[in-house]
Amino acid sequence: MRERAHILVCGGTGCVSGQSKLIMDEFKKEAAALGIEQEIKLIFTGCFGLCAKGPIVVIYPEGAFYGPVSVSDVKEIVSEHILKGRIVTRLLGTDTCEKGVNKSIAESAFYKSQQRIVLKNCGLIDPEDIDEYLAYDGYSAYEKAVTQMMRQQVIDCIKASGLRGRGGGGFLTGLKWQFCLEAKGKQKYVVCNADEGDPGAFMDRSILEGDPQSIIEAMMIAGYAVGSDKGYVYVRAEYPIAVSRLDIAIKQARAYGILGKNAMGLGHAFDIEIRLGAGAFVCGEETALLRSIEGKRGEPRQRPPFPAVKGLFDKPTLINNVETLGNIPQIILNGAEWFAAIGTEKSRGTKVFALGGKINNTGLVEIPMGTTLRTVIEEIGGGIPNGKKFKAAQTGGPSGGCIPASHIDTPIDYDNLIALGSMMGSGGLIVMDEENCMVDIAKFYLEFTEEESCGKCTPCRIGNKRLYEILERISEGKGELSDLDKLEQLSHYIKDNSLCGLGQTAPNPVLSTLKYFRDEYVAHVRDKKCPAGVCKALVSYTIIPEKCIGCTLCKRVCPVDAIIGELKGKHVIDTAKCIKCDACVGACKKGAISK
Amino acid sequence: MKSLEELQAIRERMKSQIQSREQAGGNDIRVVVGMATCGIAAGARAVLAALTEETAKSGLSNVKAGQTGCVGICAYEPIVEVFFPGKEKVTYVLMDPDKMRAVFKSHVLSGQPIQEYTYTYAIADKGEK
Repeated sequence: MRERAHILVCGGTGCVSGQSKLIMDEFKKEAAALGIEQEIKLIFTGCFGLCAKGPIVVIYPEGAFYGPVSVSDVKEIVSEHILKGRIVTRLLGTDTCEKGVNKSIAESAFYKSQQRIVLKNCGLIDPEDIDEYLAYDGYSAYEKAVTQMMRQQVIDCIKASGLRGRGGGGFLTGLKWQFCLEAKGKQKYVVCNADEGDPGAFMDRSILEGDPQSIIEAMMIAGYAVGSDKGYVYVRAEYPIAVSRLDIAIKQARAYGILGKNAMGLGHAFDIEIRLGAGAFVCGEETALLRSIEGKRGEPRQRPPFPAVKGLFDKPTLINNVETLGNIPQIILNGAEWFAAIGTEKSRGTKVFALGGKINNTGLVEIPMGTTLRTVIEEIGGGIPNGKKFKAAQTGGPSGGCIPASHIDTPIDYDNLIALGSMMGSGGLIVMDEENCMVDIAKFYLEFTEEESCGKCTPCRIGNKRLYEILERISEGKGELSDLDKLEQLSHYIKDNSLCGLGQTAPNPVLSTLKYFRDEYVAHVRDKKCPAGVCKALVSYTIIPEKCIGCTLCKRVCPVDAIIGELKGKHVIDTAKCIKCDACVGACKKGAISK
Repeated sequence: MKSLEELQAIRERMKSQIQSREQAGGNDIRVVVGMATCGIAAGARAVLAALTEETAKSGLSNVKAGQTGCVGICAYEPIVEVFFPGKEKVTYVLMDPDKMRAVFKSHVLSGQPIQEYTYTYAIADKGEK
């Protein structure tokens, strides 16, 4: 029998930590209690994208988008919506509810400007059921490639699509495939880089969690095109849900004979193994990653020779990022022209971004290349919380830089971001408002790269350490104006002389904040002030007497009793005692505390 | 190992199942069953089950089966409404699974409403009009 209602509960990491598994169980329990478990289908999906509203539950055929849903809401959803067909409008997201009526998900502000190619199955299918993937044309692309196209035709198709690597570098994917095809050697490997290490980025994780079969299919197509029978997925051990779903997906594909000695009976052999990374950032760099798969210490080596010529176990190796691979089946199915028509001239297709920071709709979005930052922040992201002003967006994580508010109308693509001194990176997009200090941001990223540097080459190992020390000095008010020039010089030196991508890009956060927010650095150094009020050493808390009404709220929350004052009298902060914990600022209802 | 034909068969079988996960578009035929307390008490769930089964069997992607709340004429439950794009909706009353299957065959598939089951017919019969 066909079920009359499909209940999709988000099983992405964000919603799982919001107890979506318990919500699943509760639906099962409630449906059983009413004797309707045969009439509904419960599906634990991948990420829907709108993580800010999680845990998310979507019910079809109405397409009602509920969120956030708690375990205690389930009973009402089942008895009202499932049993009686009355949508529980109280739980609809503000985005998908208009005048109390359920609005189409596709029409909501969050989804309207998006175009989902890589994420098309995320939040739609059960990632642990290969049949559901098959229902959405799963493995049709592989079938088409092997039965209707020659190897070179497959590669020509990828080339013509204009697809560029989504892991950060933006190298032409088709060209990489061509190099690997032409490389001499009987044994070749296909490697999927799922070692997503940028702080705040979770695109690859969500793809693996929501649609793992698509990555297997893409690797099989790549294997056919370059002549390889063996694939590895290198994925972080910190992604337990992604690892387990990928593992299930591989086992199911093997059971169906899709992976194996004679894949789908088409005469081509391919199988995949999972390798877990232990969480070193540098292992996202391709040569370090390959060494790690070999069981050696994850350290990069000089290129050339590139992995396409001499890679894993010294054999020609094709290494692509998860999101890059996610595009492959769709390009084969719909054709290179279809894909090339999306995006901008030099950046075709879409890009997935993990939207985070000071933004209302934190989550996962996929937009056509060339979409402006303004659309992403104001429409899809729903703007900045608490009416604060947009200051800058950070892209590319520790390797990228900042896009200041003055460039908010720049269309996002590879080349525009580089021109602005940032980079696409893997797709983390962190929004910052006026309360973020740019020196502090640069310091945060440098602290990260300094710690993650593998230590093999001197510019990166020592240079980044020195950069961090200078930044620390500045944030403590001990900087000098000459430090700013030193920062710049050292940054360029590290960029020019480091061995791998980690060191070559690590100074980017410093350079780009210096470029756009030099006045903030100057304020720290010359005036010994942190304009955003973040750098603790440069902030002192005072109570504005005119605004203080003597309510004692601040006095009560102060953990070190640094606030003096009687009820209905003016309060004063004893700066000698104050530890700058910010508790009083949060407690004061009159905004009387300045820093 | 599954052959290409077997994989294709799985695709076809699954496609009819996942149709429920698409929202109705402007050109779809919508069929809804009243599933409020009054409808359920009168046996609407069996009607809805028959409807979903017929929709799945038909393999049509432009037919969307769903449920709705109380229409207000509880004495006539179970109620089924059929919306053809660009046409006035047709309301069927006092339905059961067999009538549902008949309506699906004649109205949804062939565009011929069954007048005897409609609300207009029922009230004309009673001389209430």
